Amino acid sequence: MIRVIPCLDVKDGRVVKGVNFVGLRDAGDPVELAARYDREGADEVVFLDITASHEQRDTIVELARHTAEEVFIPFTIGGGLRSVDDVRAVLAAGADKISINSAAVRDPELISRCADRFGSQCIVVAIDAKRRSDGSGWEVYLNGGRLETGREAVEWAVEAARLGAGELLVTSMDRDGTKDGFDNELLSAIASRVRVPIIASGGAGTLDHFADAALHGHADAVLAASVFHDGVYSVAQVKQAMADAGVPVRHCAPS
Amino acid sequence: MLDYEMSNLRSAEKALERLGGSVAHARKPAEAGEFDALVLPGDGHFGEAMRRLDESGLAALVTDAAASGVPVLGICIGLQVMFEGSEEAPGVPGLGLMSGMVRKLDDAPAKVPHIGWSHVTWDPRCPIAPPDDQPSDFYFLHSYAVQPDDESSVWASADHGSTTFCAVAGKANVIGFQFHPEKSSVAGLDLLERWFGYEDAMVGA
Repeated sequence: MIRVIPCLDVKDGRVVKGVNFVGLRDAGDPVELAARYDREGADEVVFLDITASHEQRDTIVELARHTAEEVFIPFTIGGGLRSVDDVRAVLAAGADKISINSAAVRDPELISRCADRFGSQCIVVAIDAKRRSDGSGWEVYLNGGRLETGREAVEWAVEAARLGAGELLVTSMDRDGTKDGFDNELLSAIASRVRVPIIASGGAGTLDHFADAALHGHADAVLAASVFHDGVYSVAQVKQAMADAGVPVRHCAPS
Repeated sequence: MLDYEMSNLRSAEKALERLGGSVAHARKPAEAGEFDALVLPGDGHFGEAMRRLDESGLAALVTDAAASGVPVLGICIGLQVMFEGSEEAPGVPGLGLMSGMVRKLDDAPAKVPHIGWSHVTWDPRCPIAPPDDQPSDFYFLHSYAVQPDDESSVWASADHGSTTFCAVAGKANVIGFQFHPEKSSVAGLDLLERWFGYEDAMVGA
């Protein structure tokens, strides 16, 4: 089944982007939002912590702890994890998976150290990629697209999987925020080279886009933020559209 | 709930508490106190799980409880250790509550580990199977699956690629889920609730 995953950006323990839901006690509470997505039929939730301070690890450990108490679907936490110790703290607090991005690019062996210690199944490597202007594939970027790495995204995906990544979260920087659809060319280029599941990210705008990422991008999961938070589509609508297009999804009893 | 350091117990604990259970952790038999049922949660490596269960004395606690009719629930690796051994740790004996081995999933055409939601098909002999009209998709995260010698221990199955594997194994008061009910949203919580009812019935019997 293809998974549908809402992504929540979190800063200092609060959801960053406004969330347009009726009936929430606290629209900024990441745990309440994640529980809401669980009830709506989300298959997983991803938290991306963008807190830039020394307290970051403490806030995400706290987030993992609270989420594990309230949310009964798998959840991933990413953002600022730099070491095996950081990863251990977040997993021990209750996260099902962790996502690493910059730290993995700077120190690829971190992937194997984490995979050896905790198992590949809980290690997600996030890759932010942008099409190179000369047509030679996609460039891996860090820091939200501000820093070029000189690495090619498909090659980096292959290396990350070889080092023990259990899953790849692939974000198209070209498509992120455009609502033009996922970069299925990028996704399928990676999918054809690795055996680990791929989460498509960046560009979801219409209901068709989700099924397209599975059918044309060969993604194993689709991730989106604003279309869910802004109330453009519910998780149930996305799943129905995917099912109508012939993509297998988990169906839930309406809550 | 046995704490053999194989996993975070928090979600399983909170799910059981939400259903009205009172959960205590036991890292060794002396910490177990009086209990109506045992839960072996977890994920991780079979050999490591058995080593910790043996060294802590919890292995004997489980086998004694199972033999005396106390309800025992295993989740993921907690199910696998109920069998006699695993390809993941050749030569390491399991608890042997059910006969059979744990085998590696075929890694073609589907990807291994098997991560994600799969449909579970129940055998009528499972006393806590969901009603037919209820959702029966559950969250899996595993590379190995149990293969009971006794067909009547296969209480539910699921497919991964072209392989059909045992998703729920049971025998009298002992039951194990290969999936994670505590990560399977409403379907998982409902299942745990039915186990509570079944467990009450057994304890009361």
